[in-house]
Amino acid sequence: MKITREEIDHLAQLSNFSLSDEEAKSLGVDLENIIKYISQLDELDVKGVEPTYQVFEMENVWRPDEIQPQEADREQLLALTKEQSDHQIKVPKVL
Amino acid sequence: MKVANKNTTAVSLVEEALKKAEKFADYHVFNFLDNKNALKKAAEIDKRIKKGDNVGRLAGVPFAIKDNFLAPEGSTTASARILEGFVSPITATVVKKLEAEGAILVGRTNLDAFAHGSSTENSYYGPTLNSADQTRVAGGSSGGSAVAVALDIVPFTTGTDTGGSIRQPAAFNGVYGMKPTYGAVSRYGIVAMASSTDSIGFFTRTPEDMDLLMSICASQDPYDMTTLPDFYNANADDSRHFATGWEQVSEEPREDGRDEACRESSSIRVGIIKDFDNGTVHPEIRQALKDKVEQLEKKGHEIVELNMPMLKYALAVYYIVVPAEIASNLSRHDGVRYGFRSDKVKDLDDVYANTRNEGFMAENKRRIMIGNFVLSSGFYDAYYLKAQKVRTLIIEEYAKAFEKCDFILTPVAPNPPFKLGEKTGDPVAMYLEDVMSTPINLAGLPALAVPAGITKDHLPLGLQLIGPRRSDAKIIEFAKELM
Repeated sequence: MKITREEIDHLAQLSNFSLSDEEAKSLGVDLENIIKYISQLDELDVKGVEPTYQVFEMENVWRPDEIQPQEADREQLLALTKEQSDHQIKVPKVL
Repeated sequence: MKVANKNTTAVSLVEEALKKAEKFADYHVFNFLDNKNALKKAAEIDKRIKKGDNVGRLAGVPFAIKDNFLAPEGSTTASARILEGFVSPITATVVKKLEAEGAILVGRTNLDAFAHGSSTENSYYGPTLNSADQTRVAGGSSGGSAVAVALDIVPFTTGTDTGGSIRQPAAFNGVYGMKPTYGAVSRYGIVAMASSTDSIGFFTRTPEDMDLLMSICASQDPYDMTTLPDFYNANADDSRHFATGWEQVSEEPREDGRDEACRESSSIRVGIIKDFDNGTVHPEIRQALKDKVEQLEKKGHEIVELNMPMLKYALAVYYIVVPAEIASNLSRHDGVRYGFRSDKVKDLDDVYANTRNEGFMAENKRRIMIGNFVLSSGFYDAYYLKAQKVRTLIIEEYAKAFEKCDFILTPVAPNPPFKLGEKTGDPVAMYLEDVMSTPINLAGLPALAVPAGITKDHLPLGLQLIGPRRSDAKIIEFAKELM
């Protein structure tokens, strides 16, 4: 399968990467090789087989709907950000 | 392992570890060493011992964590630039459990950024060198943790194994590396990679130490809804009896009073996969497997040949399912709430795109983009859904195999430790290193990497012992038969 430059740009956009031209080219080559490898599943017939999304044997692990104290408080978490004001995370303008 | 007591102080144990860490600094084992704090904690342990307190089963034992375990000691970087400077306000459940038994955290070990890799060369801070040959890779992604134990800097370290990241570096450095049953050990407080295959485990120099760590850390955690009720300790007595069956020849009463159980058990059936011995495995690893099989036969165990044709598809399944989960899990790293943020930001979109572009390594980007590819409309059915169906076939194949045998013994990786730089230019060649370790994660099985001698060039070799789900204790016990 050939991966076009548009497809690389689309994947970069989905992934939120501002790739340089050079990087887009080299990632394109790598992705093509990886996709070629994983495409070997084409030779298998899986009709009637159910997918397995997780290997945990339990379903619906419940706990009481109660507020529990957390290890980290609001101020500790805010302290991790680059910029904050009025107890909120500050980011550059959106538009 | 040596624990602190009336004769040996915790301070002396920690001092020794820190001295060795400095001596072996050129291997680049550690991203961070917590000298001052570790010595302070050790002094407190010594004070408690002097007072006659029961300090715990790991009293004063120095240990290191893979740098994707959250704890306030040092920055949790996952060896990625995007987490640079991130100091966690919370502590991983496993770290808490180890510290509650008196263990002392001395540092954070190097890994492939976000645990993406099989050599520790994808670290933003540079590669870790193999303990036996500095021109070769440590294996990965938990390379630093494996080398720390191999060089005897600390008696044990933690690791994460999503597709072989504990077992392969353990094999590359000649130590024990345990990937427990999925859900046996809490993932709370560990930087997520692929949630359906991430497993938390350890590196040790003996099976006995591994047993101790598993009995301390395996348990259900309210903070991780995918942890199982503790089966490791609940079945401990049964499993040890089961696994000591081969000792039945001894008529002498055993010191530990287990003789009765030994006598009533029969030999163990060990499965060998025929399809894996197909020429892609390095001859010296094939020989190591043959030697261990002979050793087991001499001890009276039964060897069973298995055909497992689905396993050859496991790596392709893995490199679809895992990147999909990575793309999802790593979308949280956006430069807004913690860690690194790019300087080149005019608006919020720049914060995301430039931070992620500068903060992730090339391998992180490859996996995120492949994940978004297999999940995107038009490709979802052909790749992601199909892979999850093949995953079912792989799980069924293991279930059938375990009807015929108690354990499966295979190589961990097809090659001995390779040269630094040998595979960095070819991602698929690097992925192929995981061909024998990834199927176990897809099925959620436990596996233990055990040392299996050295090559003629003195490079460590390892094999893995794989068991059905919840057979962790039995595997560790049976590993003694391979010594």
